[in-house]
Amino acid sequence: MPRSEIELPYRVEYLSILDEKGHVDTALEPDIPDVLLLKLHKEMLAGRRFDERMLNLQRQERIGTFPPIKGQEASQLGAVANLKASDWMVPAFREALAEFWRGKPKENFILFYGGYEEGGAVEEGRNDLPVSIPVGSQMLHAVGIGMAIKYRRQPDVVMTFFGDGATSEGDFHEALNFAGVFQSPVVFICQNNQWAISVPRSKQTHAKTIAQKALAHGLPGIQVDGNDILAVYAATREAVERARSGGGPTLIESFTYRLSLHTTADDPKKYRSEEEVKEWAKKDPIPRFQTYLKNKGLLSDEEIGQLETEIAEEVQGVVDRAEKRMQEEVDPLGMFDHTFAELPPSLIQQRQEMEHELSLMQEEASHD
Amino acid sequence: MTKMTMVEALNLAMRQEMEKDDRVVVLGEDVGVDGGVFRVTDALIKTFGEERVVDTPLAESGIIGTAIGMAVYGLRPVCEIQFSGFSYYIFHQLEAHATRLRHRSQGRFHVPLVVRAPYGGGVRALEHHSESREAYYAHTPGVKMVIPSGPRNARALLVSAIRDPDPVVFFEPKALYRAFREEVPDEEETLPLGQPRIAREGEDVTIIAYGAMMALVMEAAEELQEKHGIAAEVIDLLTISPLEDDMIADSVKKTGRAVVVHEAPRSFGPGAEIVSRIIEKSFYYLEAPVKRITGYDIVYPLSAREKYYMPDAGKIIRAVQETLKA
Repeated sequence: MPRSEIELPYRVEYLSILDEKGHVDTALEPDIPDVLLLKLHKEMLAGRRFDERMLNLQRQERIGTFPPIKGQEASQLGAVANLKASDWMVPAFREALAEFWRGKPKENFILFYGGYEEGGAVEEGRNDLPVSIPVGSQMLHAVGIGMAIKYRRQPDVVMTFFGDGATSEGDFHEALNFAGVFQSPVVFICQNNQWAISVPRSKQTHAKTIAQKALAHGLPGIQVDGNDILAVYAATREAVERARSGGGPTLIESFTYRLSLHTTADDPKKYRSEEEVKEWAKKDPIPRFQTYLKNKGLLSDEEIGQLETEIAEEVQGVVDRAEKRMQEEVDPLGMFDHTFAELPPSLIQQRQEMEHELSLMQEEASHD
Repeated sequence: MTKMTMVEALNLAMRQEMEKDDRVVVLGEDVGVDGGVFRVTDALIKTFGEERVVDTPLAESGIIGTAIGMAVYGLRPVCEIQFSGFSYYIFHQLEAHATRLRHRSQGRFHVPLVVRAPYGGGVRALEHHSESREAYYAHTPGVKMVIPSGPRNARALLVSAIRDPDPVVFFEPKALYRAFREEVPDEEETLPLGQPRIAREGEDVTIIAYGAMMALVMEAAEELQEKHGIAAEVIDLLTISPLEDDMIADSVKKTGRAVVVHEAPRSFGPGAEIVSRIIEKSFYYLEAPVKRITGYDIVYPLSAREKYYMPDAGKIIRAVQETLKA
């Protein structure tokens, strides 16, 4: 009856390829075509500018509360760039840039956070679930999609996003467990942005990393520098290939930082220091990637300037289109749409009641 | 007496109970350093420290599950669930254990915990941030379901909820959090759970409501009086479950007419129970069918459409007029 050690064939790696000054570890540098590198750069920059503009719109009360993504551009794009169109993506609510990459029109973002359900529409052919706001609840859906993919013998994979806070929810552990037991082809991307509203990562779990939580469930886990798009890309590519080839799920902890607010209803000054934010601003994913591209001779300051102009025009166009649609699109009765495939009699009656109410409201308004 | 918002009044209730009773602890997401996303627990951590004002990991089921353990051991946990729309994660712990341990242990244990959660719409919020699903809890035996309607009764009811020996779900109308101020006495004040109040006396019709709807109903009642000469009696439930129905029955026996108002979806909502009680206790006094002004049986709409979903004073006035025509 010994007291011995059980050998566990696990370890947690940390991967960083491009440091904050833009120096690259050439031994680890992933082979990414130039066209893709430049596209990633453009989308990162466009995402940053869009985010800034949204904050602006929100402060002017032209849209409602929304969750900014500033600082997490590499963490999202480096991961999602590895998916094929036929693959699936299951986001939480801070993955706007990943959704845009997959084809969600930016104006839908404005519509959605402007209070219009229409903005949540998922276009035919885009295999993404809509945003999921209850923290941690969506990962199980990804696992189930993966199980169905296996059942149908399809070559697709599923990627799901969540934050550090979500790893405290029971559903997170259930998702990892199911994924392991059923070898579901899922890539779990934890965007560890260090803060769940006011609660720091250190109070979220006593464990040293989030990546290691994979080990208990029998899956590989890795922590990557989430502000290093090359590292996120390389680690995710490995995980996607593993899942696609029948090797099962992977947990990737993308170590990043929420440079902005939890949502626009939040005031981070209550709970974190300006110094901390400044330190992380130095690790911004965009400048280091620009340095890398410049060193590779793929990008110049002049071209960045041109891009900025292009993006500014693009963003303006998106805002204009969205605001126009928001002025047109308020059929109050639309709230009954999509409740069921077919509206049952009791709901048809309620809808008629509302129609009647609306006509009375109109009448009253015309008397005023 | 100090003029307070509901947020300040709720904060006062917790502060005074914590000063008096070291069994009282506060748990929740962002309740400590941040003081709660609506600031209801503001600065409690400064006075009572992080042992009593606990920023928990992000896990609603975990919060209630551990609170059950604390309560069984003799503490009085007051748990904050950030929005009632996220409270479904707690349902299993609440239904399976908090509400049953007294019975299951045949009286050996009891679970004196409070679950506080902001509920209700009209604040231009995101999905899951506007629902009014008090019926889930009101339908669950073994838990009391309380909803205040103003700063003063919010404070007094929360104190009673904390002192109650059994689990209480305490929904706070977020639309009223900072909508108005009210005199709140500095000294201790409680209100018994399970007791409605007459918010306005009248002879022509009884309007029954609670929570954020009370502000609308009172507005409608004023207008009915001034413009139409209709005297509405308004009953503010305060406690949804257990529902005390004598006051309702007495009022309906007097007025012969009733309108129930809630923002929760209509079918199987609190109104259904209230109307049943009216039928059971005052059927022969009714002069007209009882009306319900409620939310619709659909997903709560986003901000662009929510004003069309929510009951408003106009709808209430028209319902009362129709009731009187019958």
